Parts: sequence; C-alpha cells; structure tokens
Amino acid sequence: MSPVTTVNRESELLTESVFEQFQGRHPDLPPWLLQQKRQSWMEYRSLPLPNRKMESWRFSNVRGLGVGPFGLANAINGRSRAALAARSQDPGSYAGRLVFGNDDLLENSPLSRELTEKGVIFEPLQTAFSKHSGILEEFYMAQKSDLGSEKFAALHTALNRNGTLLYVPENVEIRLPLVSRHWAISENAAVFPHTLVIARDRARVVFVDVYSSSEASSRQFACAVSTLYAGAGAEVEYHHVQNWSERSLSFNTLTAIAHRDSRIRAFGMNLGSKFSRNEGHSIIEGPGCNAELYSLSLSHLDQEMDQRTRQTHRAPHARSNLLFKNALLDSSKTIFSGLIKVDKSAQQTDAYQTNRNLLLSPKAEANSLPGLEILANDVKCSHGATTGQLDENQLFYFLARGIGKRAAQQLLVFGFFEEVLEKIDNPELAEYHRRLVHEKFRNS
Amino acid sequence: MRSLEVENLTVSVEGKTILNNLSLNLPKGEVHAIMGPNGSGKSTLAKALAGHEHYTVSSGAVLMDGENLLDLEVDQRARAGLFMAFQYPVEIPGVSIANFIRAALKARQGEEDSFDALAYYRRLYAEMDRLGIDRKFTGRSVNEGFSGGEKKRCEILQMAMLEPKYCVLDETDSGLDIDALKIVAAGVNHMRGEDRGILVITHYQRLLNHIVPDYVHVIVDGRIVKSGDKSLAVEVEERGYDWIKEEMAAGV
Ligand SMILES: Nc1ncnc2c1ncn2[C@@H]1O[C@H](COP(=O)(O)OP(=O)(O)OP(=O)(O)O)[C@@H](O)[C@H]1O
Ligand SMILES: [Mg+2]
Repeated sequence: MSPVTTVNRESELLTESVFEQFQGRHPDLPPWLLQQKRQSWMEYRSLPLPNRKMESWRFSNVRGLGVGPFGLANAINGRSRAALAARSQDPGSYAGRLVFGNDDLLENSPLSRELTEKGVIFEPLQTAFSKHSGILEEFYMAQKSDLGSEKFAALHTALNRNGTLLYVPENVEIRLPLVSRHWAISENAAVFPHTLVIARDRARVVFVDVYSSSEASSRQFACAVSTLYAGAGAEVEYHHVQNWSERSLSFNTLTAIAHRDSRIRAFGMNLGSKFSRNEGHSIIEGPGCNAELYSLSLSHLDQEMDQRTRQTHRAPHARSNLLFKNALLDSSKTIFSGLIKVDKSAQQTDAYQTNRNLLLSPKAEANSLPGLEILANDVKCSHGATTGQLDENQLFYFLARGIGKRAAQQLLVFGFFEEVLEKIDNPELAEYHRRLVHEKFRNS
Repeated sequence: MRSLEVENLTVSVEGKTILNNLSLNLPKGEVHAIMGPNGSGKSTLAKALAGHEHYTVSSGAVLMDGENLLDLEVDQRARAGLFMAFQYPVEIPGVSIANFIRAALKARQGEEDSFDALAYYRRLYAEMDRLGIDRKFTGRSVNEGFSGGEKKRCEILQMAMLEPKYCVLDETDSGLDIDALKIVAAGVNHMRGEDRGILVITHYQRLLNHIVPDYVHVIVDGRIVKSGDKSLAVEVEERGYDWIKEEMAAGV
C-alpha cells in the first residue's frame, strides 16, 4: 500500500512534509517507536476524513476539519517558559506536576523521594520512551480507538512526542493529585498531549490533565489521547480540563480500562475550543468493577462540542455509570452520542447512561443520541436524555429580583453542574472546576 | 419626590387595553391596598410596574422618587428599589434560596465590593425565623415543590432581605392559612416605615385587619374607581363590587 500518493493534499489537515519534518527534528526515537509512528502516519494518510454520513459523525459540523494551516510548533523561548510555568499553579496541591508548552517540557516538579522509592514512575514521555520502554511498548497506544476518531488517533500516534507516564505499583496509594499541564502557544501550532496512567493492583491515584492556550486570541490544533488502566482493586480518579483557546480545533480521546474490582472515575470539564471532539470509552475487563464517566460542558457563542461515548462490558457483575451535562449559551451546539455495549458474557451488569442539557438561549442546539446494545439477558441498563431550558417566566423572576440575565444563567449553570461537582471528593479540585466556570462567565 | 407616582397609565396586553388611564400615588411611609374583581387589572398593574415585556405601556408615566421608571429595564427597576411579590411565584430548579437571594444582593453591589457571607447568613436566618420558615429551606431550590403558603412566605423573605423602597404585594395572602397569614402580615408590618411605600393587592379584608392600610383603592376595568380609608375594604367585603359599578354607571 502506498497511501501517500493516493491522498489529495488539499483535503488534509497536516501535509506529508510535516512527518518528514518531525522525523528530522527527532532523530533519536527508539526504533520500536519510530516503526509505530511510520505505520501510524500511513494509516492517518489513508483513512478518510470524517463526513456526516458516517454514523459516528452524525450531526457534527465536519467542515473545517480538513484543511488546516496547522504545523509543528517551534520551541519556545526562555522568557515565555518561565511565564507559563508561573501560570500553571492551578489546580492546587499536587504530589507531582509536569508542565508542557507546545509539547516541550517546561517544568518538572518531581515526586517525593518516598514515592519514588516505592517504585512510582512519574516521567515525561520524551525520556520515558527510552527509560521505560518495557512499559510503553506494552501500554502506549495499545488500545485502538474506534469511536470515530481513528484517523486522529493515528495522527496522534505519529506525531506525539511528549506527555506523562504515571505508573503506580501494587498497593501504593498517592493521596495528592498528579498534574500534567499542557499549554499551546504559538498561532497555528499543532500539539499532541498524551497521558498514560497505569495503576497496578490495589493502587490508588488521582490524575489531573489541564489543556489551555497561552493566549485567548490564538488558534491551535490539539489532538490528545489519555488512557487509564486500573488493575485489580485499584482506584483511579481522573480529571480532564479542556480549555484551549476558542479559535482552536481539538480532539480528545479518553479510554478507561477497569480490571477486577477496580474503580475508575473520570471527570471532564469542557470549556474551550471552537470545535471540540471528545471521545470517552470505559471498558469493563473484570468482574466487580465500577467505571464512572462524568462530564460538564459550558459552551457559548458559536462553540461546538461533540461528545461520543461508549461503555463496554466484557465481564459480569460490574457497573458503569455515565452522566454528561451540557449547558449551552448563545448559539452554541452540543452533540452527545453514547452507547452501552454489553457482551453476552457480561451477565448482571448495571449500566447507566444519562445526558442532560440545559439550553440557556433559544438559539442553542443540543443533540442527543443515546443507545444500547445488549447481548446478555440478565442486566440492568438504562439510558436517558433530558433537555431543560430557561423559560421566560423564570428569566422574568430573576430580573424582577435585580439579577441580570448573565448572572441568572450563571446561577442556573452552577445549580446544574453541582450534581457532578459534588461527587468530587477533593475540595480543592471541586473548587478548581467551579473557578473555571466562573472565569468562563467572566470572559463571556 | 418621595413617592411612587403612577400617572394616567394605559397598558395593553396582546393588543387588548387592560389598564385605562390609571393614576395612583403611593408616598413613602404609607400602605395602600388595592381591591378589585377578578380580571380587573391588578396583576397587570403589578407586572407593568415591574416591567414585564408582555405588558405594553401606551401612555402615561411612572415616577419612582422622581425617576422615570419606565425608562429602566426590569432588573434595573428592581435594583433601583422596586419589589413585586408574585401572585404566582416561579420555580427555579437547581438554584437554592440562599444562592438566589445572595445573587440578588450582590447585583446591588459594585463589582469590587466584598460580600460578608457570615453576616449574610446571620440576617437570612433571622428573617427566616421571623417568617417561620425552616432554616433547611436555604438549601432548597427556589419555590420548587413548595406549598402555596411556603411560596408566599418566600416572597416576603426576599422582600425583607432586599429592603426595597417600594413593594407591590400581589395577593400575598391567598393560599395562606390563618396562622401563616398572621406571620406574613407581621413580616410586612415589620417593614413598614418612613422610607418605604407598600402596595397590597388583595381580595380579602381579612389581610387588612392585620396590615392596616392608610388608603384603599378599588379597581374596576383597569381604572381606580373609588378610594377611601380602611372602611372601604370592609364595605367591599360586605357588599361586593356591584354597588360600585352601579355608582359608576349612574355617574356618581
Ligand atoms: N399575559 C396575558 N395575556 C393575555 N391576557 C392577559 C395577560 N395578562 C393579563 N391578561 C388579561 O388581562 C386582564 C386582567 O388580568 P389581571 O391578571 O391583571 O387581573 P387581576 O385583577 O389580577 O385578576 P385576579 O384577581 O384574578 O388575580 C384579564 O382579562 C386577563 O385575562
Ligand atoms: Mg391577579
């Protein structure tokens, strides 16, 4: 197969020269990785761009996903490094933190000696690829994406070069969160953040990914992948903040794999990007586990947030829950499409999927496509979608008390989001999410 | 200057004239009551004063302490000191009473002013205690699942917390049992004072035994057709409105 020659150059997001440039810049990649990247680049080039006729892209505004002026970002200078590191103080206390700018490592606040001695690995991928190649060869991009963004997952594999590896050995418990902070900096920069969390049996960990742009007015392309593995009896809590600039185009794929008796909880906060595509997949691999996916989105102006989820049950006696709440202002748009997929062997599954939308403007549009595919016969599954709105009587009531429209919307959004926020045990993290919502309102 | 002056107000809804050259002067320090048959335009007056967009003012003026109220948006009127207790309070799911009232108070502050949360709760609890509202209600969504009486108390709670200059209470007594009526009336009386004018819309003399008005106005077909002291309310209670309509027809 020689896909390179068959692709229409005009319709591609990133052109052939980008990969050549990438290889030129990173001549020292381990051979296994380089091999994987070459293959992925070819895959990226051969896969078609999304179009609306594809089931997994229904309702999505796929125009604009094709042609892009984006390219590999250049290294950033020392002054902006320091400035960005200083702006990376949120979300609060941490056990370790990595700060990236355009995929370069800007700051490394390593783990305590105690944790290192217990065998915890918290390492930027740029060094982990060779230092911990055993782990990475086994786990890195091992989970195939199949919720629609296969093309972008391939692109990610080809061009990703940094991010975080967190490996927590058996029985190790880390109380404070581990943080990875990704900044996109220059105009038209393409960034590829990656997070890989491996919690071995009975390990406990909280991980926070924060994505944002250094300047609100700039435009970037971000294509991120995060994967969580919870070993038997492990507990993984994951927070994901998507706050790229509102001119940006972003993709984000989260896969959470739960083994016997483990618990995974993922919290997403979607605020940024002009167009964002979020894919979330929880996979139940062993009995007795519990996987929960939560997401809050606040969209305004003409932002579009496209969310596709799947809850796969491959083992019996397990539970999964999903609650995606979208608050829409102005003429923004959201799409939620979710599927609960229960294999024949996954008897006594409890699986729930809920999408709630709050329309705060008559011009906003929320689409909801919940779905079930159940092959086992002894299961409890439910899915549902609701859409509420601020009706004019309610608005008048707020106004008659002197509360302006934006403030009324803000109150409603906080009330709406609380159902998810109150599930976050760490008060500092819950407060961080609230602060982000406040800031978005302040700037809107 | 120290009054809410309604001058020749004509208001229509969906092209239909409801208030017809209505005039009323409510000075600070006084309580006025408005009575009138169903559909005579009492709520229309309240909503037009508050600025509801469905109610179109085609002529007339409303001056609040000399300021032209009709030039202001709904929320501006409220912040300027006008308060309307709704005949049918609206449910706001997901927004707690405490957060709702706090937002209303904050909207009256400058951006930079600090908000003393401790003092706020102290006051809120004191007012709730006075109105016999369980303190647990602070965490409940505004009006959601409240009984009719609870909704009305919650309106008065908001009025007490916001300390408006002029209050329009639209049938705040309806739906209250006799004990609740006394408590609510006491709450309103507590707010009577030199710096506040209160307009009480009601069907029942019963309320006016507890909130004794300085004046009583009778509204028929969108116009104030008779004004008097508190004895007018007693008369209306006993005789209904027909005799007033007959007087009007006879041109008395
Ligand atoms: N939003 C509206 N749309 C259509 N008609 C309206 C509207 N609001 C009021 N009206 C009409 O205006 C007239 C006066 O109504 P209003 O509610 O002011 O009466 P009221 O004196 O408050 O009556 P009640 O004692 O029953 O509360 C009625 O005929 C009513 O149907
Ligand atoms: Mg009425």
